[in-house]
Amino acid sequence: MSSNKPNMTPENASPQYIPGSAGGENEKKPGVRISSGNRADNSTPGSKILGEPIMEVRGLNLSYSGKQALKNINIAFLKNRITALIGPSGCGKSTLLRCLNRMNDLVDGVEITGETLFGGRNIYQPFIHVSELRKTVGMVFQKSNPFPKSIFENVAYGPRIHGVKNQSDLGGLVERSLKAAALWEEVRDRLHDSALGLSGGQQQRLCIARALAVEPEVLLMDEPCSALDPIATAKIEDLMGDLKDKYTIIIVTHNMQQAARVSDFTGFMLMGELVEFGVTTKLFQNPDDKRTIDYITGRFG
Amino acid sequence: MTGGALAFCLIMVTGLVALIMANGLGFFWPGDIYRFTLKDGREIAGQLVEREQIPGSDTNVPGGLFRIKVKQANRDLYGTDFVWIDESAITKKDKPADAILIHRREWGDFIGVIVEVTDAGKSVAKGPQEGLKFLKSLLPQADATLAAIYAIEKGDIGQINYRQDALRLEIKKLEIKGEGARFKKAGIEAQIAELGKQYAIQSARIDELKKKQTANVKLTAAGGVEKELPLQTVVRVISPNTEGVIGKTLIYMERLWEFLSGDPREANTEGGVFPAIFGTVMLVLIMSVIVTPFGVVAAFYLREYAKQGTLVSIVRIAVNNLAGVPSIVFGVFGVGFFIYFVGGGLDRMFFPERLPAPTFGTGGILWASLTLALLTLPVVIVSTEEGLAQIPKGLREASLALGATKFETTWRVALPAALPSIMTGLILAMARAAGEVAPLMITGVVKLAPALPLDGYWPFVHLERKFMHLGFHIYDVGFQSPNVDAARPMVYTTTLLLLLIVVFLTLGAIMTRNRLRKKFAGSAV
Repeated sequence: MSSNKPNMTPENASPQYIPGSAGGENEKKPGVRISSGNRADNSTPGSKILGEPIMEVRGLNLSYSGKQALKNINIAFLKNRITALIGPSGCGKSTLLRCLNRMNDLVDGVEITGETLFGGRNIYQPFIHVSELRKTVGMVFQKSNPFPKSIFENVAYGPRIHGVKNQSDLGGLVERSLKAAALWEEVRDRLHDSALGLSGGQQQRLCIARALAVEPEVLLMDEPCSALDPIATAKIEDLMGDLKDKYTIIIVTHNMQQAARVSDFTGFMLMGELVEFGVTTKLFQNPDDKRTIDYITGRFG
Repeated sequence: MTGGALAFCLIMVTGLVALIMANGLGFFWPGDIYRFTLKDGREIAGQLVEREQIPGSDTNVPGGLFRIKVKQANRDLYGTDFVWIDESAITKKDKPADAILIHRREWGDFIGVIVEVTDAGKSVAKGPQEGLKFLKSLLPQADATLAAIYAIEKGDIGQINYRQDALRLEIKKLEIKGEGARFKKAGIEAQIAELGKQYAIQSARIDELKKKQTANVKLTAAGGVEKELPLQTVVRVISPNTEGVIGKTLIYMERLWEFLSGDPREANTEGGVFPAIFGTVMLVLIMSVIVTPFGVVAAFYLREYAKQGTLVSIVRIAVNNLAGVPSIVFGVFGVGFFIYFVGGGLDRMFFPERLPAPTFGTGGILWASLTLALLTLPVVIVSTEEGLAQIPKGLREASLALGATKFETTWRVALPAALPSIMTGLILAMARAAGEVAPLMITGVVKLAPALPLDGYWPFVHLERKFMHLGFHIYDVGFQSPNVDAARPMVYTTTLLLLLIVVFLTLGAIMTRNRLRKKFAGSAV
């Protein structure tokens, strides 16, 4: 059954498709590798780098106090890949991102139906520990938000919360995280200065380091570069390329060039719907949906 | 327009402070003693206090329009400390070098000329100069004797009394319990008797010391009346007419120190206000310790945990309105709830042997602090809530996204970020509490407290004790004193001191807040 699921892959995902609805299949085998061998177009780079999905969203509907913001979203995020979500403002891409680590729980009047699977388990089930989930699915926000503490304390915050007390363990963890976020060389001499003294780009990388310090598996990035200058943006984009060896990255961006540059897969969203989802090169060069064409050619949005 | 209003306010405030300072700071300066000879032949000696136009007189007529107020002291001889003299009635005014001013422990000041100093009935020094010199040399010895007597009374005898009381309570406790432990009771009674013997020994020591107090000083006051003063009633001898500026400054400092560190004398119109300073500061500190956690926890609940809705809005409005309730109402609540209900309950539960004498069931510093804490609670809640509202949403989200729970986020992110606002609330609360008098008058402030709420006897902090307070002291000295004229400068000085203490406490809190702000520099709070 599971071997016969080619439409699970991002390339074939379409707004009309509801995973698992065919044959009433509810079981999930995240370990199954999905090949793209049946695809006609083998020239797209995406087809060669397909992998196993780490997160999946099935039939997700979300409404804020009765106003529907997400309509029947079905999408899968592959492990160690960068998936970009693009679309005009208010299309629901950030909302979708925030469903993946249940940050929407904080908003009053939110109603969510459908499944959001992480490692095969629905993260909205009552026995799921939200704090554990958020530890595994980290998040970087649009506006860099370092704590008004020292650089060291910022990075050490998460590990401390999760029970790391030993000072030398913390020191090693902070160093590794800062190195992973390509910030170590710039701040190694002033770890105990206030994080608020860093530049915007450094602050954002510090936030990434902070998110990495709790050793997540998935990193959600909500327009991480929208407030940064091009040089800082380039640094973060390079960083994302390095991080994807270890982490799965899901990024929301306004910037289509950025999505094209960094991501392996791209989803285009409009009015709360996932219009098209596929390998990035394919989506940008040869989109299926007319709305996608209109958007990426700049006819609206 | 607005600038004018501000300027007006500033002028009013500066004027008020200047008035208080001018009237209060001059109090300790030893003014010269003048001798006035009047037309009717009377002689009056004293310090010039003020000069004013005689009410109803014509300003255009030269001379005879003003009168002066003179502090002639010697209340025991003349009946009043102060006398008004029409300037037109004065024929001669001079500054006799012999005139001296004596601060006494009773009856206020004495102004006169020394005739002789005697010791055990024998004259040891005659004449003003010789007498003054001798008097000054005898004073340290007399002070030392007095201090020794005081030490025995307060220390040894105080200890004995304290232990006897404790033992008597022990007996009462045994009686209440009804355990017929006769021999136990007998043992305690023996201890009491033993303490009684020690008491006799200590009082003998005091009598011994008192025998040393044999020196007297004989003076003549203006008008020729003679008066003999025992040396132990003399606090200080000043000869203002012969002292230079430096000498007067030293006296000024000495009196200022006495004011700050001494106990009050003569129905609080003389001496120091140390117990009142102590009571005020302790009251405010206890209040702060109580109000901060309660206010902060309440504000956190209202802002972070409670579901925002009609009920929370109503609670919030009620809290805000609580700040506008007259303070005496809080006082009445304090009496009814804290003193009678809580205090009375504590007495029945833990101190039944002392009843009907109340322990906690009467006014005390704890109940006064709690009442003030209640009074200032809204201030802390409101400013803490404002601080919490100012914390950027991103900070909380960052913490939550790292897997922190709501409590961890509140504790590690929201609380530190709100600390400056909490401190602001505390500063306002302290300023309000330090100046409040009305609720204190019925919850534990007294005119004269026998002991500080903090001393060397177990359990060291006596929260049930009554205490003195500068604000009440001002009211008492200024309006309840039998000798209003003499007390008036004291009112100004005490007011100044209260202002200074409020400023001092507030400055301390502001400095703490600035340190916190610097620590969280750049954050939006």
